[in-house]
Amino acid sequence: MTMPIIELKNVWKEYGKEVVLERLNVRVEEGEFVTIVGASGCGKTTFLKMLLGTEQASRGDLLLDGAAMPAEPDGARGIVFQRYSVMPHLTAERNVMLAGELSANRFLGRAFGARRRALREEAQTMLARVGLGEAGDKYPHELSGGMQQRLALAQALIKKPRILLLDEPFGALDPGIRRDMHDLVLSLWRSQKLTVFMITHDLEEGFYLGTRLWVFDKARLDVQAPGAYGARITYDLAVGECPPMLPSLSAQLADTARVLSG
Amino acid sequence: MKKFINRQPSRLTAVLLGLLPFALFLLLYLSASGARLAENPDDRLLPAFSTMAEAFERMAFEPNRRTGEYLLWTDTRASLQRLGIGVGLAALIGLVFGVATGTVPYIRATLSPLVTGLSLVPPMALLPILFIAFGLEELAKVMLILIGITPFIIRDLQARALEIPDEQIIKLQTLGANTWQIIVRLSLPQLMPRLISAVRLSLGPAWLFLIAAEAIAATEGLGYRIFLVRRYLSMDVILPYVVWITLLAFLMDLALRRFSTWRYPWFHAQQR
Repeated sequence: MTMPIIELKNVWKEYGKEVVLERLNVRVEEGEFVTIVGASGCGKTTFLKMLLGTEQASRGDLLLDGAAMPAEPDGARGIVFQRYSVMPHLTAERNVMLAGELSANRFLGRAFGARRRALREEAQTMLARVGLGEAGDKYPHELSGGMQQRLALAQALIKKPRILLLDEPFGALDPGIRRDMHDLVLSLWRSQKLTVFMITHDLEEGFYLGTRLWVFDKARLDVQAPGAYGARITYDLAVGECPPMLPSLSAQLADTARVLSG
Repeated sequence: MKKFINRQPSRLTAVLLGLLPFALFLLLYLSASGARLAENPDDRLLPAFSTMAEAFERMAFEPNRRTGEYLLWTDTRASLQRLGIGVGLAALIGLVFGVATGTVPYIRATLSPLVTGLSLVPPMALLPILFIAFGLEELAKVMLILIGITPFIIRDLQARALEIPDEQIIKLQTLGANTWQIIVRLSLPQLMPRLISAVRLSLGPAWLFLIAAEAIAATEGLGYRIFLVRRYLSMDVILPYVVWITLLAFLMDLALRRFSTWRYPWFHAQQR
C-alpha cells in the first residue's frame, strides 16, 4: 500500500470551548481531486487553513507524506483564494515570474540576465496556457475577475506545488466563465499530477470537478449550542462511481445552515 | 426639476464656480485697500498690488544693497534646502520603521508603543531643547521638521502595511518567499505610493515647523524674512512672500501627486 500524501488521525480543531472539527480520520492519495462542500460555519475554511499551515490541529495528527505538516505556508502547497490572490503592484507576467524570481535570489527576490529571460519565457508559456497570452503587461486591476483567477492559478502552478488548495476560487465569477475555469482546472490537474483540495458552495461543481467529494456537516447538532459539537466528514463519496445524490444532500446541508445562521 | 443634490455642474460651470470665491476675495481686498489708501496714501497695512509688485521685484531681481544677494532666491534656497533634507530624512526613516513595524509582529510589539508615545510629544515644545542640543544652525531646524513629521509617517505606514491582505502575505510564502523577501517584494513596493501620500499630508506641518524655527533663529529663509520685515510693517513684502510660499507648497504637492500616478498606476486604480 502506497503512502498517502495527506493523512488525518483523529484530528480536532477547537477555539476555546467551541468545537469546529472533530474526529477527522481520512487518507488522501497523491493525484486525488477532493472537493469539499458544506454549510457556512462547518469548518471547511478552517480545514483548508490547517492544510495550508496557518492553523494547527488542536488534537490529533495531520500528516504530509507521513511527517507532521509544517506549521507555516511554504512552497509545497499552492493556494488560490477567492480574492486578493495576485499582487496588485505587479503586471500579470511579473506575477507569474514571482516564484522563479524568489528562488533565484534569496536576498533580493529578483532575477537578472539570462535567468530572467528564461523565467519570462516560462511565464509567457504559462500565461498562454491559462488564456492570458496577450495580457502579460497588464496589471491585475485591468483584468476581469475571471482573468484574475486564471492569473492566480498560473502564478500558483508555476511553482509546481504538490498540493493545490482552492478556497472557493470561482465563487465570485459568472456561471459562463465558471465553466471555462472548470475545464482549465481539470486540464491543469491532469497535466501536473496535482493533489487538489477545493472548497465550493456549489454542489454540482463539487460533483463535476472532483474524484472525491467530502461533505462537512455537524453529525450531532445541538440547536441550543451549535458550537458544542464539531463538524465531521459526513459523506466521503468517490464521485463518478455512485449516482449523484444532489437533492437529498442539498436538503441536509440547508438544514444545518438554517440552524447555524439562526 | 431634479432635486438639488442630484444636479451636477458642467465642467465649465464647475471651473467658473471654483474661480468665483478667488475673484470675490480679490475684489474685497482691492476695495478695502483702495479705501484705506484714499484716506492715507502712506498706509502700509493693505498695500496696493503695484506696491507689492515693486517690493517683489526688489526682493527677487535686484541685488541687496548691503549684501549683494538676491534675497528672495537666497531665502527660497535656504528654506527649500532645510525642508528637503528634513522631509527627505523623515520619509526615509518613516519608510524603514513603518515597513518594519507594519510587517514583522516582533518589531511592531517592540517599537510601536515608543512611536505612539513620541508622536504625542508636541514638537514645538522640543524646539528649545533642539536649539540647546544642536545650536542655532541648520541642524536644529532640520531636526524640528524631522521630529515633527516622522512619527506621523511611521504610524501611517504601519497602518497601511497592516491593511495589506493576509492572503497576499500567505500567497507569497506559498511561492517560496522568506521574511526578508516578503518585505522587499510585497511590503516595500506596495507602501511606496502610500509613503508619497503620507509625505504629501505632512508637507503642511513641515512648512509650519520650518517657518517657526526660522522665525526664532536664522539669518536667511522665507520664514526669517517675513518675521524680519514684520518689524517695519512691510505688508508689501510679507503678502507676496506668503503667496510665494503657498505656490511652492502647491507645486511640491502637485509634483508628488503626478509622480505617484505616473509611477504607481495600480495604486491609483485601486483608490477609485
